[in-house]
Amino acid sequence: MNPVQAATGLVFEEPLLWERGREGRTGFSLPRRDVEETPLPEGLAAEPPELPELSEVDLVRHYVRLSQWNVAVDTAMYPLGSCTMKYNPKTNERQAALPGFALAHPLLPESLCQGALELIAALECLLAEITGLDAVTLQPGAGAQGELAGMLIFHAYHRRRGRPRSKILVPDTAHGTNPASAALCGYRAVPVASGGRGILEPPSVAALMDEETAGIMITNPNTLGLFEEHVAEIARIVHEKGGLVYGDGANLNAVLGRVDMGRIGVDVLHLNLHKTFSTPHGGGGPGAGPVCVRRDLEPFLPVPRVVRRGDRFAWSEDFPLSIGKLQAFWGNFGVLVRAYSYIRSMGAAHLEQASRLAVLNANYLRVGLREHYAPAYDRPCMHECVFSDARQRPLGVTTLDIAKRLMDYGFHPPTVYFPLVVPGALMIEPTETESKEMLDLFLAAMAAIAREAQEQPELLRAAPTRCLRRRLDEVGAARKPKLTGLPSSA
Amino acid sequence: MRYLPHTPEEVAAMLARVGVDDLDRLFDVIPPECRRTRPMVLPEPMTEWELDRHMEGLAGRVTSWRAGRVFLGAGSYPHFIPEAVRFVTQRSEFVTAYTPYQPEMSQGTLQAIFEYQTLAARLLGLEVANASMYDGASALAEALLMAVRLTGRRAVALSRAVHPLYRRVVDTYLGPAGIARREIPFGPAGTTDPAGLEDAGELAAVAIQSPNVFGCLEPFSAFAERAHAGGALAVASFTEPLAFGLFASPGSLGADIACGEGQSLGIPPSFGGPGLGMFAARLAHVRQMPGRLVGETRDLEGRRGFVLTLATREQHIRREKATSNICTNNSLCALTAAAYLACLGKSGLRELARLNRDKAEYLKRGLAAKGVRLPFSAPTFNEFTALFPPAFRETHRRLAERGVVAGFPLERWYPELEGHYLLCATEVHERADLDALIAEVHA
Repeated sequence: MNPVQAATGLVFEEPLLWERGREGRTGFSLPRRDVEETPLPEGLAAEPPELPELSEVDLVRHYVRLSQWNVAVDTAMYPLGSCTMKYNPKTNERQAALPGFALAHPLLPESLCQGALELIAALECLLAEITGLDAVTLQPGAGAQGELAGMLIFHAYHRRRGRPRSKILVPDTAHGTNPASAALCGYRAVPVASGGRGILEPPSVAALMDEETAGIMITNPNTLGLFEEHVAEIARIVHEKGGLVYGDGANLNAVLGRVDMGRIGVDVLHLNLHKTFSTPHGGGGPGAGPVCVRRDLEPFLPVPRVVRRGDRFAWSEDFPLSIGKLQAFWGNFGVLVRAYSYIRSMGAAHLEQASRLAVLNANYLRVGLREHYAPAYDRPCMHECVFSDARQRPLGVTTLDIAKRLMDYGFHPPTVYFPLVVPGALMIEPTETESKEMLDLFLAAMAAIAREAQEQPELLRAAPTRCLRRRLDEVGAARKPKLTGLPSSA
Repeated sequence: MRYLPHTPEEVAAMLARVGVDDLDRLFDVIPPECRRTRPMVLPEPMTEWELDRHMEGLAGRVTSWRAGRVFLGAGSYPHFIPEAVRFVTQRSEFVTAYTPYQPEMSQGTLQAIFEYQTLAARLLGLEVANASMYDGASALAEALLMAVRLTGRRAVALSRAVHPLYRRVVDTYLGPAGIARREIPFGPAGTTDPAGLEDAGELAAVAIQSPNVFGCLEPFSAFAERAHAGGALAVASFTEPLAFGLFASPGSLGADIACGEGQSLGIPPSFGGPGLGMFAARLAHVRQMPGRLVGETRDLEGRRGFVLTLATREQHIRREKATSNICTNNSLCALTAAAYLACLGKSGLRELARLNRDKAEYLKRGLAAKGVRLPFSAPTFNEFTALFPPAFRETHRRLAERGVVAGFPLERWYPELEGHYLLCATEVHERADLDALIAEVHA
């Protein structure tokens, strides 16, 4: 089996937009002017900004060429850990583009947007049933904004009880967004070290939890791909001191239909619809980060909320304890349509099977890789597995070299150097939508790279060689930042 | 299921390799006390055909601006989107990639975002723009937090004519941190009163939206001067960036930070999101900026290329000391905005902006000729405030039954503005639509 998936074909150099443009061209068919010109108010008009001028042909060729410089889920396996780069179904794009959804104004009278309100209400119910929690807001625009909503709910809850708190426990395996979100509420993040098995140990939580601590943020399964087995006991410890438990649902894809988040003591949980529920990642968004809560925290959810009045749906602001608004309107509705479409296509049985196969795929890679690479924790994993460069470092080869060499074989690299607790981490999440033959090719590529590290390490250090560009100078980019390509008009 | 490629034989072979005899045994590590006590109950899966019918049914019960005649703006604007823009931005190499952590495999996204940063900075008249925020409202909140970091002061002032939903998002973001928000009142012209801002000496920022929520262009420079005299930053908020094709940019009027909603730039309204949080500032302040930044660099062979840069501001490096918690932003919407601006070009932007203003002026004059009052005298762009007699409330309701939305009742946000409606007209409203609306009004 030849594990090299990459072929070098003809791709094109492409200049910047303004290098391609010529003054006097246009790519726009201006709607007909059927009203007369009116004089402009004095002293307020200004010259328009210097924008490049391109024909429609220039424009299309420019962006099609740029698109060909990307590797994406639709072109290759993209096992970026904790990002759940699963296949994005095409029918979801069609649904989101329906005129009733795409061309709907957010301030339509309720009588003119019943279908959109019904979709929001229905998706809230589906996510409540999937997580085991009681109430849902769909307003947060991404996972990090969901975390902020969660921390604001913690803050409002403790203030309501008359005892604001100042600290929050955050495990050392957490995403960086966790402490950054908590800091926005004025909470000081107190790190909790994970134990020798890569998971949190109740005694270390008990030692830090006090009545100045608002609660704990737990990603489960965690970023090592391990299930936090003591989560229920940790929740009891936190609850006993009056704290709350935040669940970061970034890795929910492992446990659909299997874990009852309410039962394990999670009070607030965010989901990433662009991970578990297959909405596309868009080169860095837009996503959506719904937040699910247990019943007694429902009054704190963002407003407005969709309520049912008889056979009609309506907006309601009547939640005086609400944390307020996170976005001007109701959240990333276009993303919600896609996630709803996915859940209705899958049903319970296929969602459960998706989790089974995601975990099977990750374990298949884990078993296949440990001959060549050092596992961070050599035991069964959930949706992702973490290895390191511990065996390659003595050869003068690092995780970065391995990642770059994978490109030459035609795979997007895994997440690297995260979680921080594993030096030189390679965090690999295949997702359920990769087939066995693709995983076998990935394993063969990784085995070949391990051999190369021993026999021809310079191949790794020089990689990638098959991409449009060789390694890029990131240090130089940060030292002398060039962030725009034209002098600004300022 | 068509998204799940595994055959039963493959599952069996993989299980054997892993050393487990049943798929469910993969979850043995989950303690019994954490498991669901009952299975998930969800609707039966739909075939693709059934899904199409079901979704068409839901979408059919929403009035799109194409099906109805919707004269609503107020933060979300109906604009024509060229098919070439829609087509190229739906390329699945853009849509199904993620944050360009590995630049050699992501040069397409990186160059496109670099181009967006450049065009956004030009449009807003500032030196540097980031790769995007979630929306205009959260961008304003982040701008004020940035001003707090830069000045070390813990109070901000916002015009009461800043979009009320934006101010509520600002309250959500700034309230728990204990940052005070003061309001600057608006005057009879529909613009913010500079006399309402006497001293900015304790303020981190003064935030003004132009055109403001009544559609009026604000005297932004007067506020920028007062802000700067007191050592505060001048923050320009906006909901309709097409206005900068005709009127002076925030940067040229003295803004230190310009932040707002970019949905108008080729992005469908989608019932309010996803839109595009635009964010631009002075280069001197770049290390306190939130969000991702793409920078130009060279590869090993000296060829031009692009990377994410200045990441030491960000949460994945700095954790709780980061300038923001933002990670996933609205990258694809930023790419779309750049493609849209390039499609228009300098003169196209000017002509389109001009047409927007002329359509709104036509509607404004037509209504005035019917005796409708125009309470605010300040110049406007593509939306304006009209004051109708009490009977209009019933007309508004009756028109809505026919899919015609005759503006947004401002009374909902400003109780003192009884009978005031915010009406928007853009290039998508044909003269016949405007005439039909005017004909319905009996002042």
